[in-house]
Amino acid sequence: MSTTEESDLGTGIDFTAEQDSEEFTELRKTHRSFVFPMAVIFLLWYFAYVLLADYAHEFMSIKVWGNVNVGLLLGLLQFVSTFGITAAYVSYSNRKLDPKAAAIRKRLEAQAGE
Amino acid sequence: MNVLSSAILAAAPEATKVGNPWVNIGIFGLFVGITLIVVLKASSNNKTAADYYAGGRSFTGTQNGTAIAGDYLSAASFLGIVGAIAINGYDGFLYSIGFLVAWLVALLLVAELLRNTGKFTMADVLSFRLKQRPVRIAAAISTLAVCVFYLLAQMAGAGALVSLLLGIDGKLGQSLVIVVVGALMIVYVLIGGMKGTTWVQIIKACLLIAGAFIMTIMVLAAYGFNFSALLGAAVESAGTPEILNPGLQYGKSGTSKLDFISLALALVLGTAGLPHVLMRFYTVPTAKEARRSVVWAIWLIGGFYLFTLVLGYGAGAMIGAEKIKAAPGGVNSAAPLLAFELGGPLLLGLISAVAFATILAVVAGLTITAAASFAHDVYASVIAKGKSTPEKEMKVARRTVVVIGIFAIVGGIGAQGQNVAFLVALAFAVAASANLPTILYSLFWKKFTTQGAVWSMVGGLGSAILLIVFSPVMSGLPTSMIPGADFAVFPLANPGIVSIPLAFALGWLGSVLDKNTEDPVKAAEMEVRSLTGVGAEKAVDH
Repeated sequence: MSTTEESDLGTGIDFTAEQDSEEFTELRKTHRSFVFPMAVIFLLWYFAYVLLADYAHEFMSIKVWGNVNVGLLLGLLQFVSTFGITAAYVSYSNRKLDPKAAAIRKRLEAQAGE
Repeated sequence: MNVLSSAILAAAPEATKVGNPWVNIGIFGLFVGITLIVVLKASSNNKTAADYYAGGRSFTGTQNGTAIAGDYLSAASFLGIVGAIAINGYDGFLYSIGFLVAWLVALLLVAELLRNTGKFTMADVLSFRLKQRPVRIAAAISTLAVCVFYLLAQMAGAGALVSLLLGIDGKLGQSLVIVVVGALMIVYVLIGGMKGTTWVQIIKACLLIAGAFIMTIMVLAAYGFNFSALLGAAVESAGTPEILNPGLQYGKSGTSKLDFISLALALVLGTAGLPHVLMRFYTVPTAKEARRSVVWAIWLIGGFYLFTLVLGYGAGAMIGAEKIKAAPGGVNSAAPLLAFELGGPLLLGLISAVAFATILAVVAGLTITAAASFAHDVYASVIAKGKSTPEKEMKVARRTVVVIGIFAIVGGIGAQGQNVAFLVALAFAVAASANLPTILYSLFWKKFTTQGAVWSMVGGLGSAILLIVFSPVMSGLPTSMIPGADFAVFPLANPGIVSIPLAFALGWLGSVLDKNTEDPVKAAEMEVRSLTGVGAEKAVDH
């Protein structure tokens, strides 16, 4: 069913052994220890905001600066946090994930090429 | 999304008398001309399936991210959100936040892993370590369902939008426009494939964002770049400070509040399950570029929604809710009216043409996704049982494009004037219920099985559709699809709050009850590939 030359590599790789390898376990841990907590945090923060906007009208209507109220400010903070998490993830990936993934990939592809 | 698109589709049947339709048509014609040349150039080397479905994986992260923004920022986002903020104030703003935050799901959990594991379609990833046939069929059905609902809504919206923007009146005129949009779209997709479609999206996204940016600066300049002063003017024009506070639209009753939570859930989890968005992760060479795409898309989409906040309150302040509601296009006329107010017929023409181009581009993106899914998942894998050749598969894909195009034209004409808001809401809810749970389970949960995948997808799709059928969007209200009948036993307009948790639960239950075990070697391969990109990045590393 293969329609391209891509992704056909892998016949020479023992993926099960690789999955259990220390190097890969470490990569998985590095990945999950960032994305899972981060996903939980932003979802909680988003739904906290949604619930406030839905059920705490008085609180959201408090004026903070001129005509800008708490609701608007929290809404803009959702933008800030989204941008912030994005930037943090990129920096984390570049520093921690990419080197580990690239090392394993190079080793496996050398194996498969043999 | 509900209100946004219903607003578009509710666009009045009469033509607007603002501006000059010929300027609008001229600028739109220019857009079509330029994009057609680009599509023709881009298509000169569409040889393999990877070229046709995935643009040869030749796009950079920045280009692809711009195209993602183009796919995502539909006419509903632009006209709908600006209008919703102008009329309903803060509650309109709530949409944009859901639409934006949703991208973090795609960024953190889906984009890169998907790029590393699949080739062309969502089903590639879902069926990687499970049994091919049942999973592919289920995934193809939900892909086609989401695309068709989205497609019909866009096509029907096109008819309503042109009546507003181009001054074309009456059912015949609108039907003609739908035929033109459909035919143009077929040409784009047939000739250009994914590469051509992507370039159309990029051009359109740049125009849309630039147009919104210019208007934002003009609005802010009118109030001395003081946002608080702009809000003050909006309050004065509306005659109530409530437009700055939440609740104007969703605060009416306990049910409407619950409906908002349901919508918020569908929005935040639906985006990363939209098949035409998922397919965009395959048009880049590496997972790192997939990440760059999403990052770039987040900046563009976030920036754009900030502009719409200014534009929405600006329209409220400078034009006034009453005048907007009374205008031929209703809520949707807010952005065009504001453009006319700020920059006369030329800016109006530009904004109108961009809005129209948006529908064309989004429809093209949906069609290629649906065609790829049919040819690759249903035809090549299930009907031909993997014995098809790439040439044969692409032939099927091209035929599917024509069939879907004709279907979209006929369906779009049939859906004219209908309350098709439920189609878009359904698309997001189906994506969140049928697709996302299975995607997340197969990427992160070792014990996930074929039965779990099929239960989750079928259950999510089925429950979302059933709940919509028995909801107030279908019957029971004057604004329903079938206003005369009343079988709305489910009180909410959006099924997400029920169907999404149900799909997650079914995926888990189906897996733990499954007596068959899945191939552990395949599971290991999928996990190693997804995190490292082995094989998928070969072409680049060597």
